[in-house]
Amino acid sequence: MELLDSFIFISLIKAAVIFGVLMTTLAYLQWVERKVIAHIQVRPGPYRVGPHGLLQPLADVIKLITKEDLVPPYVNKPLYLAAPFLAITMALLSISVIPFGPTIHIGSVTTAMQMTDINIGVLFILAASSMGVYGIALAGWASNNKYSLIGGLRSSAQMISYELPMSLAIASPLLISNTLSLRELVERQAGSIFNWNILHGPFPQVISFIIFIIAAFAETNRVPFDLPEAENELVAGFHTEYSSMKFASFFMAEYANMITVSAMATLLFLGGWMAPWSTEFGSNLVPSSLFGIVAMVLLYHGFHAARKRDKLTFPIFAVIFLIVAAIFLLPMVQSWLLPLFWFSAKTGAILFTFMWIRGTLPRFRYDQLMGFAWKFLFPVAMLNLLVTSFLVAWTTN
Amino acid sequence: MDVILFLTFAVIAVVCAINVVVQTHPISSALSLVGVMGSLAILYLLLGAEFIAAAQVIVYAGAIMVLFVFVIMLLNAGAETKKGRSYLIPGAPLLIVFLGLVAFFVQRMFAPGTMVHFGGFTGGGPRDIGSALFTTYLLPFEVTSILILIAIVGAIVLARKEIE
Repeated sequence: MELLDSFIFISLIKAAVIFGVLMTTLAYLQWVERKVIAHIQVRPGPYRVGPHGLLQPLADVIKLITKEDLVPPYVNKPLYLAAPFLAITMALLSISVIPFGPTIHIGSVTTAMQMTDINIGVLFILAASSMGVYGIALAGWASNNKYSLIGGLRSSAQMISYELPMSLAIASPLLISNTLSLRELVERQAGSIFNWNILHGPFPQVISFIIFIIAAFAETNRVPFDLPEAENELVAGFHTEYSSMKFASFFMAEYANMITVSAMATLLFLGGWMAPWSTEFGSNLVPSSLFGIVAMVLLYHGFHAARKRDKLTFPIFAVIFLIVAAIFLLPMVQSWLLPLFWFSAKTGAILFTFMWIRGTLPRFRYDQLMGFAWKFLFPVAMLNLLVTSFLVAWTTN
Repeated sequence: MDVILFLTFAVIAVVCAINVVVQTHPISSALSLVGVMGSLAILYLLLGAEFIAAAQVIVYAGAIMVLFVFVIMLLNAGAETKKGRSYLIPGAPLLIVFLGLVAFFVQRMFAPGTMVHFGGFTGGGPRDIGSALFTTYLLPFEVTSILILIAIVGAIVLARKEIE
């Protein structure tokens, strides 16, 4: 019992679980992205490895591990080797303060569904993300390649510029919630959708939510702000000279950053793991019915299959979804599974937006990118912060 | 535990600080400076000043040093050539004597009970810093803000292209 209750033991187990789940999510996020973009462009996407390409991430991981690990001559070796390590470390570091759900009880152990709750959680994530710039900037410089260097320069300039509107956009919901701890932030948004910071009075944070999302796209170097790796002008940008697992580190860092900013948007604006309406009106039945509906649709398509293999795979998936739906109805797991569902659903919706926009928008020109940040986003974010702080001060007195 | 952490990060800070001077390449020096900032942030954290620690990383290590590195990369500054090591012979003993004197006088100036002890620090959270800035230190805070504003205006005036 002594061992089970000890802080270090619980932290180790939580770290292992979070790391395992995160790595699987990273691998499958890439599959989801390829599928989403493929369907936007009316093509099937990965389809060969496993049913519907579901084993594609596994194949990709094996490919990346077994590839030749090339270090080009004339690179600055210590920095060239340290850069991918730095990028992935800073990307994973911020996950450690993100809360996924409320406090849970397993046997005699009571623990929060979060690696650690610190009272400056928001600042911690900002700090980790601002240190993440080094990974990309140094990779670009140490590679001793003009395309890499331009990519690294673009990335550092872009990330510094967009950090300002992003910080200002984060400050407004913090003023309303009056805390910097991510856990308290969510707990103050409990109740219904009208208590979430995006709709909560005295000033609904719709504007800062939009600014945060736009800045998040730039911070994670995603389309339409993916100039650091613009492939038609810079080969592959800052990671041109990287291969094998070093390239994979940058790749994982990008996806981990995507997950972090989506989780941040969920926590700051969309009420974290809180349901949009209370259980009295049946919010606890939403996941079960959603999974049930998906299972029914799959069953229908399984019996009216367009392709031969779907006759087998669709009913199997339908049964899996039905089992998941049944699990969500069990009262003993509902207390922690439901918050987890709402958190994943909100984060997933924002991640889907990332992919949707990648399949929809063209890339910005570089001067447009800078002008947009400094001449439009920054003043608007500032104005929003001013109005919010005036209204908060006015209503609290 | 606190003492071990303090010693570790104090040593890292000092080694990085020496490295800033010793390195010949500007990028290596700049990165050593980032190391100094990072270890200083941890030392602030040990003193219970969470907000200062976070601000140190965000502002100094995250923003200012990225700009340094950016400029060094943009100018493509190469490694400097060292001009002998003769300065070490008078420099190193002088530095040690100077630091020893500082330590000696600091030790003397304060009573033994008022020295810093590790652990149990509070009052470094954002709330405390905020209320201190807007009550006790309001005037210095506002004066500093105006100074920074003047610096920004000056930078824009200097960098502006003359439109004919």
